[in-house]
Amino acid sequence: MRNSRLTRNASGGLLGVLVAGGATAFAGAAFAQDLLGQPTPGPTMGLQPPGTEVAEAAHFFHNAVLTPAIVLITLFVLGLMIYVAVRFNSKANPTPARFTHNTPVEVMWTIAPVLILLFIAIFSYKLLFQFNDIPRADLTVKVTGYQWYWGYEYPDQEIAEITSTMLPEDQARAAGRPFKLAVDNPMVVPQGAVVKVLITGADVIHSWGMPAFGYTFDAIPGRINETWFKADRVGTYYGNCRELCGADHAFMPVEVRVVPRAEFAAWVVRNGGVLGQRPASAAIASPPTVPGAAAGPQTTAPQPAAAAAGQIGTPAAATVPAAPVTPAAANPAAPNPAGGDPRPAGSVPTSPTPAAPAAAPAQ
Amino acid sequence: MATAPAAREYSGTHDTHPEHADSDHKPGFFARWFFSTNHKDIGTLYLILAIVAGTVGGILSGLIRWELYEPGLQVFTEGSLLDRLGVFEGKHGYNVVVTAHALIMIFFTVMPAMIGGFGNWFVPLMIGAPDMAFPRMNNVSFWLTAAAFVLLMITPFVDGGQGLGAGTGWTIYPPLSTSGHAGPAMDLVIFSLHLAGAASILGAINFITTIFNMRAPGMTLHRMPLFAWSVLITSFLLLLSLPVLAGAITMLLTDRNFGTAFFNPGAGGDPVMFQHLFWFFGHPEVYIMILPGFGMVSHIVATFSKKPVFGYLAMAYAMVAIGFIGFVVWAHHMYTDGTPINMRAYFVAATMIIAVPTGVKIFSWIATMWGGSIEFKVPMLWAMGFIFLFTIGGVTGVVLANAGMDYTFHDTYYVVAHFHYVLSLGAIYSIFAGFYYWFEKMFGVKYNEILGLIHFWIFFIGVNVIFFPQHFLGMQGMPRRYVDYPDAFAFWNQVSSIGYFIMVAGLAFFFIMLAEAAIRRRKGVPNPWGIGATTLEWTLPSPPPFHQFNDPPVVRAEGH
Repeated sequence: MRNSRLTRNASGGLLGVLVAGGATAFAGAAFAQDLLGQPTPGPTMGLQPPGTEVAEAAHFFHNAVLTPAIVLITLFVLGLMIYVAVRFNSKANPTPARFTHNTPVEVMWTIAPVLILLFIAIFSYKLLFQFNDIPRADLTVKVTGYQWYWGYEYPDQEIAEITSTMLPEDQARAAGRPFKLAVDNPMVVPQGAVVKVLITGADVIHSWGMPAFGYTFDAIPGRINETWFKADRVGTYYGNCRELCGADHAFMPVEVRVVPRAEFAAWVVRNGGVLGQRPASAAIASPPTVPGAAAGPQTTAPQPAAAAAGQIGTPAAATVPAAPVTPAAANPAAPNPAGGDPRPAGSVPTSPTPAAPAAAPAQ
Repeated sequence: MATAPAAREYSGTHDTHPEHADSDHKPGFFARWFFSTNHKDIGTLYLILAIVAGTVGGILSGLIRWELYEPGLQVFTEGSLLDRLGVFEGKHGYNVVVTAHALIMIFFTVMPAMIGGFGNWFVPLMIGAPDMAFPRMNNVSFWLTAAAFVLLMITPFVDGGQGLGAGTGWTIYPPLSTSGHAGPAMDLVIFSLHLAGAASILGAINFITTIFNMRAPGMTLHRMPLFAWSVLITSFLLLLSLPVLAGAITMLLTDRNFGTAFFNPGAGGDPVMFQHLFWFFGHPEVYIMILPGFGMVSHIVATFSKKPVFGYLAMAYAMVAIGFIGFVVWAHHMYTDGTPINMRAYFVAATMIIAVPTGVKIFSWIATMWGGSIEFKVPMLWAMGFIFLFTIGGVTGVVLANAGMDYTFHDTYYVVAHFHYVLSLGAIYSIFAGFYYWFEKMFGVKYNEILGLIHFWIFFIGVNVIFFPQHFLGMQGMPRRYVDYPDAFAFWNQVSSIGYFIMVAGLAFFFIMLAEAAIRRRKGVPNPWGIGATTLEWTLPSPPPFHQFNDPPVVRAEGH
C-alpha cells in the first residue's frame, strides 16, 4: 500500500533519530532484510513484515502512531525526572517549596492524555473494524486445534481434514526449513484469495497465531471463531499456537503456504478435492498456466495420516501427479449452487469430480 | 467499639519509656509468633512469607531463563538435573514451573508483602490506631495464606494427569484445567486459591473496618495518608473481586469432580464463561498488586523531596477511579477469543481511559518532586525507578489496550514484557522502596546505604536486561509459555537470560544488606528522614512499642 510504505519510511526516519538519541527503539526500522512470514534471527527490533493489507494497517498503527506516541511520552517523563533530579536536588535547591496545587497544570495533564487517547482511538477503531469486516470469501478453511497439531478442512473443496504436525528436526534441517515452525502438511491457499478461516478446538483451547497476518485467534472447543486473510504475496508464512495447551504447546506450529492459483487448483485435485463450486474456485482456475508446475515448489510432498511427528513415513497415494486433470477445464462454466453465500451449506458435488485417490488423511 | 479491649488490657501508659511500659510487654516466642494478634508481628510474618515465596518464585524463573537461554530442550528434558532430581520433569514440568512462578509471585509474594506486610504494619500506625479492628481474624488471614502457600508447594509433587503438577498457567483455563488435567494436583491448586482468597477477603474486611472506624480524632478521610487510602481501595477491590474467583474455581472443582458442566461444551457449558469470571477477578487483581505501591511511592517521593504530596485529593481519587474502572475492563484479556465486536470496541475505550488517572498520578509525583529539595537515598531511588519503569509498562499497556493491535501481540512476549514492567519492575520496585523506607522503623536498626545502592543499581540493570528485549521477541511473534522456540528467537532470549544473572547478583546484595544490618545492629532513630516524613509512624520510636496509641493521637489540619 502506498501510504503504508510512506509510513515505513517516516517511522524509520523517526526511529533513526530516537535510536541515535539513545532511546531504545521499539518499531521495526529495517524491513528490507526482514524475512517475510517468519521471525528474523538476530537483534531484530520490529514486527514481522506484514503479509496482508490488514496487517499492513496494523503496522501503520503500531509503527507510525503507537510507537512514536509511547516513546515520546516515555522520553518526556524521563526528561522531566532528569530535570527534576538536576534542578531540585538538595544541593541545587536547599530550601524546598511548599506548593501542593496548580490547577491549570492539573487540568492540562488530564486533558492532554485524553486528547492523545482520542487520537489513538481513531486509528484503533479503524483497524479493529478492518479486521472484523470480512469481505466475500473466495475460500473457507476450517482450522481445528488438537493436542498437539492442527487440522485443516476445506469444506468448499470437499477436502476432509488434513493433519498438520511439526516436522521433526532431522527432516526440517534436511529440507532447509525452519525447525519448530515448519510442518508436514501446511495449509495451502491461493494467492490473492479472500480466505475465511473458521477456528475451533477439539480438546483444549489452542490459538491459531500468525504474526504476518497480524493476529491470533483462539481455538475453543464448542465455539467457532471467524477471521480472514488475503495474502497477495506467494510464500510460506509461519506461526504458532498461542494458548497454553499442554506439554507440547511449543511444538504445534502453524504453516500457511500461499501459492499461485493454478498451483492451488492442482493441490486441491491432488488431495481429492473438488473444484468449481464457488465463484472463487472459478477465479482460482482462471489463469490456466501450466497445471503440472504444481509439483515443483511443493517440495514437502503431502504426507497424510501423520498424526504424530514421529510417525511420518507412510508415503500414501497422495503424491499422484495431478497432470491428467486440467483444473481449468474442470470448471469455468460450473454452476454455483450456493449462490452468493460462501458458507459450505451442505455442498452437493455438482461438477464432475475427478476420481482422485483418497488423499485426505485419515485423521 | 474496637478500641475498647485495648483500653481494658493496656491501661493507657504512653510510650515515652517503651521498654518498661505495659505497651511493650511481649508474649513468649511461640505465643508471639504463632498465635500473634499484633498487627506489627503479623506484618513481619507476612513479609517473611513474601521473602521466602519470592525466593522460591525467583528460583523458578531462573529455571525458565535457564531453559530459554538457547533453543532446544536443556533443562526440562530427560537426563537433565531436574530429571535426576525427579521434579518438574519434561516439557510438562516447564508448564508447571511457569504456573507456579506466576501463582507464587502474585498470591504469595506481591500481595502478602504489600497488603499483609506493609498494610498491616503501617495502616494502623498511620491512622493512629492501636491495632487492626479484628486482631484474631488478622491471625487467621496470615495462617490461611501460609497454608495456601504450602498447598501450592505440594502440587509439583502430586499427579496432575499429564505428569506431576499442574501446568495450566495461572489463568487455569478449562478445558485444560478440567479434562486436560485429570490428576489431583489441579484440585490442590484450586484449594490453595480458595484459602488464599479467603485469607485476602478476611484481610480486606479487617482493613476496611479499621480504616473506617479507628482513625485518630481529627483524621478525616481527606486527611488520611495516601498509603492508607491505597490499602482501603485495594481492600474494596479484594472484597468485590475475590468472591467471583472463588465462585469460578468452585465451579471448576465441581466440573472436575462432581459431574457438573459449567465449562464443558460437550454438555452445554462454555469455557469462555470461565474466562469472563476469571478476568472479572483477574483484572482488579492487577490493580490490587499495584495500588499499595502507588500509596508507598507517594509517601517516599514526598518525604525525600521534603515537600507535601502534590494534589493530594487528585491522587486519592485517581486511585478510586483506577479501582473503579479496573472492574469494567476485564475482557481486554479476551480480545482473541471471539467476544462480539461491539464488546471489544467497548473494552478498548474503557481500558484506554485508565491511562488518564494513571497519568495524573505519574505527573503528580513529578510535580511533588518539582521545587523540592531531593535527597537520593535508597528508598527514593527505588521510588523514582518505579515511576519511570511503571511508565514504560503503562504505555505498552496502552498499545495492548487496542484490540486491533492486541491481535498481533496477544499471548506473545510483548505481553510478558508489559506485565513484568508493571509487576516485576513496578510492584516489586515499590515493595523494595517501602522496605528500605520503613526498614529502620520496622526493625529498629539501620541498613547500610552503600549495600542498598548497589542492590538498587545492579537490580535495575538486571531486570531491564531481562525484560526490555522481550518486547522485541513479542514483536517478532514469540509466544509466551514456550519451553522451546524457533532458532530465530535465540538472540534476545540469550540477552534476557543473561539479565537474569545480573538481577540475581543484585538480589544477593539485598540479602547481604539484611545480614549486615542484623549483625551490626546500628540503633535506629524514630525519624531518620527529617522534615519530609510527616506521617504518624515517624512520631513513634523505632521499632514502635508492641502496642501504640493507647491514647489516640489528635490530628489537626495538614494531617497528611
